[in-house]
Amino acid sequence: MSQLSIARAAPAAAPHVPGKASVSRTMFLVQATLVPATFYGFWLYGWPAIFLFLLTVGSCVFWEAACIRMAGRLTKPQLTDGSAILTGWLLALTLPPWAPWWVAVVGGLLAIVFGKQVFGGIGQNLFNPAMVARVALLVSFPVPLTLWVMPTPITAAGAPGFIESIHLITGTVAIPDAVTSASLLGHAKTELNRGIDLVHAFAGDHAPVISWIGARAGSLGESASFLIAAGGLAMFFLGIISWHIPVAMLLGVVIPAAIGHAVNPARYLDISAHLLSGGVMLGAFYIATDYVTSPSTDKGKLIFGFGCGFITYVIRTWGGYPEGVAFAVVLMNSLTPVIDRLTKPRILGRDKRGRPLQIKD
Amino acid sequence: MIIAVASLTLLSLILGLILGFADRAFAVEGNAFVGEIEAMMPGSNCGQCGFPGCSGAANAIVDGSADVTCCPPGGKALAAALAAKMGITIDLTQLKDDGPKIAVVAEEICIGCARCAKVCPTDAIIGAAKQIHNVLREACTGCNSCVEKCPTEALTLKPLPITVQHWVWPKPLAA
Amino acid sequence: MGFMDFFKSSWGVHPDDHKRPAADAAARRVPVPPRVYIPFSQHVGAPARPRVVVGQHVLKGECIAEAQGNISAPIHASTSGKVTAIGEITAPHPSGLPILAVTIDSDGDERWIGTEPIHDPFSLAPADLARKVAEAGVVGLGGATFPSAVKLALGLRSKITQLIINGSECEPYLSCDDRLMRDSPEGIIGGIRIMLHATGANEALVGIEDNKPEAIAAMRKAAAPYSEIRICPVPARYPMGSDRQLILELAGKEVPSDARAADVGVIVHNVGTAFATRQAIYEGRPLVSRLMTLNGDAMANPGNYEVLVGTMVSDLIAFSGGYKSPAARLIMGGPMMGSVIPHAHVPVVKGTAGILAFTAAELAEEEARNCIRCGSCIRACPMGLLPLEMANNIRADKLDGAEQLGLGDCISCGCCSYVCPSRIPLVQYFTHAKGQLWAQERGKLRNESTKKLAIRRTERIEREAREKAEAAAKRKADKAAAAAAAAAKKETTGA
Repeated sequence: MSQLSIARAAPAAAPHVPGKASVSRTMFLVQATLVPATFYGFWLYGWPAIFLFLLTVGSCVFWEAACIRMAGRLTKPQLTDGSAILTGWLLALTLPPWAPWWVAVVGGLLAIVFGKQVFGGIGQNLFNPAMVARVALLVSFPVPLTLWVMPTPITAAGAPGFIESIHLITGTVAIPDAVTSASLLGHAKTELNRGIDLVHAFAGDHAPVISWIGARAGSLGESASFLIAAGGLAMFFLGIISWHIPVAMLLGVVIPAAIGHAVNPARYLDISAHLLSGGVMLGAFYIATDYVTSPSTDKGKLIFGFGCGFITYVIRTWGGYPEGVAFAVVLMNSLTPVIDRLTKPRILGRDKRGRPLQIKD
Repeated sequence: MIIAVASLTLLSLILGLILGFADRAFAVEGNAFVGEIEAMMPGSNCGQCGFPGCSGAANAIVDGSADVTCCPPGGKALAAALAAKMGITIDLTQLKDDGPKIAVVAEEICIGCARCAKVCPTDAIIGAAKQIHNVLREACTGCNSCVEKCPTEALTLKPLPITVQHWVWPKPLAA
Repeated sequence: MGFMDFFKSSWGVHPDDHKRPAADAAARRVPVPPRVYIPFSQHVGAPARPRVVVGQHVLKGECIAEAQGNISAPIHASTSGKVTAIGEITAPHPSGLPILAVTIDSDGDERWIGTEPIHDPFSLAPADLARKVAEAGVVGLGGATFPSAVKLALGLRSKITQLIINGSECEPYLSCDDRLMRDSPEGIIGGIRIMLHATGANEALVGIEDNKPEAIAAMRKAAAPYSEIRICPVPARYPMGSDRQLILELAGKEVPSDARAADVGVIVHNVGTAFATRQAIYEGRPLVSRLMTLNGDAMANPGNYEVLVGTMVSDLIAFSGGYKSPAARLIMGGPMMGSVIPHAHVPVVKGTAGILAFTAAELAEEEARNCIRCGSCIRACPMGLLPLEMANNIRADKLDGAEQLGLGDCISCGCCSYVCPSRIPLVQYFTHAKGQLWAQERGKLRNESTKKLAIRRTERIEREAREKAEAAAKRKADKAAAAAAAAAKKETTGA
């Protein structure tokens, strides 16, 4: 008998009819909503991005299978629930599209083994596995993780072909300098550090408006912000996520951004720059909404989302790193149990504090 | 540097004094605690734990010479409750606990000698001399004294019979 | 409408109905089986005490067991015949443990005992009405089987303003209340009027889910002459028929967790109970039969059947036409809260609202997986609990932790298990924990009483030792006194 299965020992308990929800159905739908953004990213960044994606997902699945086998459990039911694939998918969307192969493999190891399996497997982890991996990679290998490239659509002239992409990703050929570029946030931070205010930094070629169509360098998820948002809306209408975390997280970014930009546009980026760059859209709809690591109650979700957004803004504006979503999500994950405990819903027949209601005469 | 050494020394002196004061002022009366532990025990003074009665076992548990699992009639439930009261964590999964047991008289073997009735700590055995004896289910604590006393081995400990009213859903098995 | 005033709006689930075509089929009466097995405990409270002996001939409706204590109900013979056994049968219970029951071999005559119909119940005092209902053995026919007379008598203690009649029948597959409302609405209304008089309530609100338009129409027609009885359609949502939810929906009142409905001036009764009350008063007939649903993909002829209490489920299924596919599971009650029965050789009891025979495909069993903390159970819970946290605590054997999270408020409706994508048997965790906590409570009471017995024994032994010592001392003193007296006498005579 599988150790993981909860056998119905002795008599069968009610309810005797099944509901329609299932873990694999949810995972599948989430992945389906990610497809447009991912494919657009493939088109923007070409073959290296495709390889990176496949390697990341493959690495996650490999490590998941290894961990399950080592734990002595049956692999089929757990592997086929789609959670490892989703972790790899999300991680790939946050990496630089032309990152070397070992970033993908190490990322998969960090995400699955240290982000999920050591806690006890699916449902037991405290931190979002993809974000654990990204944070660990960023801190350990800052250079490959911040080497962004300009989008070169797969059909364009300068795009690397299939074989060349293999060379790029295996590291035998270095990424040409002409192709590298700074992401919007990276550019903003370096310019501010150099003393150039934002109005000048974003004049001309670097105007934020080109982010709308994904013509700016960034991660796969960053460049396709619109499609990510559309996928997120699709998930909301399918009932997979509720509106609380995305709205709260976006507000957590938008409100300080609006205030900052109104007060000092030269120092603080405006709303659209914040929303369209980095992983805010991906974070708000796909990463912060991870069931396992976010609070279960609606009130808790609002607090969690707002905290993620606000910390993202703080790190971006005043912190040392140009991008803050990964750190913000991991920090708020650590607060999830506390938030859960403090935002318990009201029980019918009891007041907010848990005492029985008083009968009014 | 002198200042650092001096300030740390002063700080540790002050904190040490506070700790010493707290140890005296907030000390828990040993006897009261023992009384609370004793109240949780079955109270039949059966002696299976090896200590003089339930108060003896309570004393031993409090001063550490006995384990919380020392009481067979109390079983796993009592061990868990005692562990919670003492504030210790203990792994009870290996503890063999078949549930509460009561003594049952095999009527064909009983000779009516009444030796068991004399030793029962709760007077749970009824039956006059040379009459068949019986154990009152509600009064028996499963302390085993009568089983050991019976000369014909007519008494055995059997699990408490489960009725529809007392049946409990089993816990679903998990990983 | 303050946000804090209203309980959350997203409670409950919407399982597929599966009520038709069984609900639309005409009700059939099951003929007298050759033998009926009537358990003594078909209600909440103490089992009834038998008052017949083996070999005795009984008439239909004759009282064969008396109520014991305040919360109890009598049991009546459901057919005329001879009592052939009083012994153990398999209980219609998941454990398959035995219960005591009377076996009556029917003589086929169905001769009723003499009844005393009451022609004008409104001239009777409420206490007398409650007594008559008690003597008829009427219990809650929605499935809870609480003795109805006790509930009616509550009206004499607390001020009852509203009587709520539960016709919602929120469980899928079941349609006996629907059928009863369509076929005998006047009888139900008659029962409601008696209940109004017995409880002193001002109005009766009849809640019927909106997936039963024919029942709503029939009841509206029957209730038209009585302005104090209002038919109120409610949204079809499980568990709308749960009394706290129905009271919130119809009366807008929230029953505090440590109080009963009567404490907020409301009493809830099932439509079937109202009908049985009418039978008990107007016809003087005790509760010996009921309408119940036979459904499930495995049944050849799903529908509603009027069955005598004590009929074996196997006889009932055979009469209905048997199975059309192999039945993987038999359930007594509805699919959300019903109990699995070990086999078909168990009797139909007063609380049997339905028997379902499910095929393996209908059950669609899946192995449970780890909780992914999706929170669907929290959204579905109609009581505002945190099922995933309670289950986590129970899995780690922290029953007190689960209790603090509100385990005592759980109504075991099954919504949480129904929506769980990992198919975790949440309700089983909760019923297990509740059972364990009750067992611990019982153990504590047992410990207290055995401790008292041990103390009494020690006192008895000390007392006996003391008395023995006193008697010995007295004997010694008497002996000494007698010896002294004899010596003194010897001296006086000797001198």
